[in-house]
Amino acid sequence: MSSQIDIVCISGTREKLQMAAMIASVAAATGDEVTVFFSMNALTYFIKGHTEDPPTEGEFGEMLTKKGVPPFKQLFQQASELGDAKLLPCSMAMDLLEITENELDSEFGPPTGLTKFLSGTEGGQLLTF
Amino acid sequence: MSETRIIDACNTYCPGPLMELITYMKQAKVGDTLELLSTDSGTADDVPEWINKVGHEMVSSEKIGEVWHIKVRKSK
Repeated sequence: MSSQIDIVCISGTREKLQMAAMIASVAAATGDEVTVFFSMNALTYFIKGHTEDPPTEGEFGEMLTKKGVPPFKQLFQQASELGDAKLLPCSMAMDLLEITENELDSEFGPPTGLTKFLSGTEGGQLLTF
Repeated sequence: MSETRIIDACNTYCPGPLMELITYMKQAKVGDTLELLSTDSGTADDVPEWINKVGHEMVSSEKIGEVWHIKVRKSK
């Protein structure tokens, strides 16, 4: 049975972005309805042309980089392409970063306010990274 | 004619092999068999779970040396 999974991504560290991307991609590809809301330090990694790796929290983050773990951006992309996951940028974070929708990676949906995001999460599981 | 396709996802980690399988499954035709090769032991648990949830068919799963060979058939 499919369910609704809503993920809030706010940390800009390798481990947290990775875990969020893993859950988003697997859940979306399995038929769950997935929405990921990006704000705070997490959003900057999805500005077009941003290639810098996020800092790691610890040893595990270093291992993610060294061993052949699929990169988090690729997993979010697969979540969107294979499972129709919605990737939504926080409109407040976009205002602070002074960026427009066109400056984000193409899988991203429209800038979304908290009220709209929260009204869509009703009844689903909400995970925060 | 149904085909068998081998997907080599060795030396990548969860959820890499599963996502590769799903990518090829989307492109395959009903009746095609896909054989996924993986060195990630979690894959052996995750693939049957995914197949069961999505409604395809598990054909076989065996570990030869360090490599899992997981065969599945697209059924819809």
